[in-house]
Amino acid sequence: MTGFTALFLRDLRLVWRRPGDVAVVLAFFVVATVLFPLGIGPETNLLARIAAGILWCAALFASLLSLDRLFASDYEDGSLDLLLLAPWPLELAALAKCAAHWVVTGLPLAVLAPFLGVAFGLDDRSLMVLALTLLVGTPTLSLIGGLAAALTLGARRGGALLALLALPLCVPTLIFGASAIEATATGESFVVHLAILGALALVSLATLPWAIAAALRQAGE
Amino acid sequence: MTIALLEVSGLSCRRGGRRVFDALSFTLNAGELLALTGRNGSGKTTLLRALALLVPADKGSIRWRGQDVSDDREGWRGELAWLGHLEGLKGDLTVAENIAVAQRLRGQAEAADLDIALTAFGLAKLAQRPVRTLSAGQRRRAALARVAASRATTWLLDEPLNALDAAAREALQTALAAHLAAGGLAIAATHAPLAGARVLDMS
Repeated sequence: MTGFTALFLRDLRLVWRRPGDVAVVLAFFVVATVLFPLGIGPETNLLARIAAGILWCAALFASLLSLDRLFASDYEDGSLDLLLLAPWPLELAALAKCAAHWVVTGLPLAVLAPFLGVAFGLDDRSLMVLALTLLVGTPTLSLIGGLAAALTLGARRGGALLALLALPLCVPTLIFGASAIEATATGESFVVHLAILGALALVSLATLPWAIAAALRQAGE
Repeated sequence: MTIALLEVSGLSCRRGGRRVFDALSFTLNAGELLALTGRNGSGKTTLLRALALLVPADKGSIRWRGQDVSDDREGWRGELAWLGHLEGLKGDLTVAENIAVAQRLRGQAEAADLDIALTAFGLAKLAQRPVRTLSAGQRRRAALARVAASRATTWLLDEPLNALDAAAREALQTALAAHLAAGGLAIAATHAPLAGARVLDMS
């Protein structure tokens, strides 16, 4: 575990040295979400109904925004070779990097989202569910994005390609994340939706590190 | 007959349909340094990457203590210290942090070797400077200090003398000599001669 922890902490420290990168992601999330009430106008009922979808889509785009640097910086400065040559599984390294990405994007997004939900007129219970679904759903986004980032390493215009690869794979997470909040609004239980989000996260956790590692080995050749 | 520590036999590698090197064989024992020479594009870097299993070889075998390294990839990687033409240093971390992280990535606990390696390469005063503020030669020295602090038995060095000044070259020779004297071995792709090296011409 020494290597896993070392890599995880290294990535957090690198973000700490350049807090601007995270600030841009969070600022994008805020600005993108706030644009919708401005564009649609002050129709509280309509806004409350579409809030879940908008907040989830914005969170998805925001978490993609920082992903193109996830492996690219290691690829460009040669650190990727050191990870490939570390005497422990590359799958763990992939997991450590995605975990660090989640801590600096997914987690703050989940904390920030309820405050933005207020602007859409969501009730307290919906706000709580919104934060909860993002908390459970964003790890999946980090892992899927990690795979797309690893696959597009070394590609020209990798950023656009990354979004094109990752977005379709994020659709199930998006659907169940948004529908959990809608279910709460109509008085149904959100637990089923949340459970499915959790299942998606666990499946990603159990499969994607291997896929990411394979893509990284390919990039290292 | 004793088994050589590292035994490479019949190693062949093709990249993009072109044969980079073919049926390459050599053995290396504790305390030996192998210098790979040859014109640009003769496959020195590819051979180093193939030895590190970063690039798959088409044919041939690499044996470490008589055992094929592809049977225990992680064990073999644990024996290696790597210096590529990219330094593998993070610009936002200090020299000392970079080396400490690299040590922990190799599964080592933080060791006193750090200070020794930094001093050996004249980096003691630069230890707390972010790597992005260093010159090319200073970065190269930091990467060499990382290798020296790794406690690996086998050093794989790609153009280790690049960008180094006379003092740093001297420091590298000293570090190499100490590594070899301690029973380590090293393979270096280089254009400049290295003292005490057996030469393998790739062209």
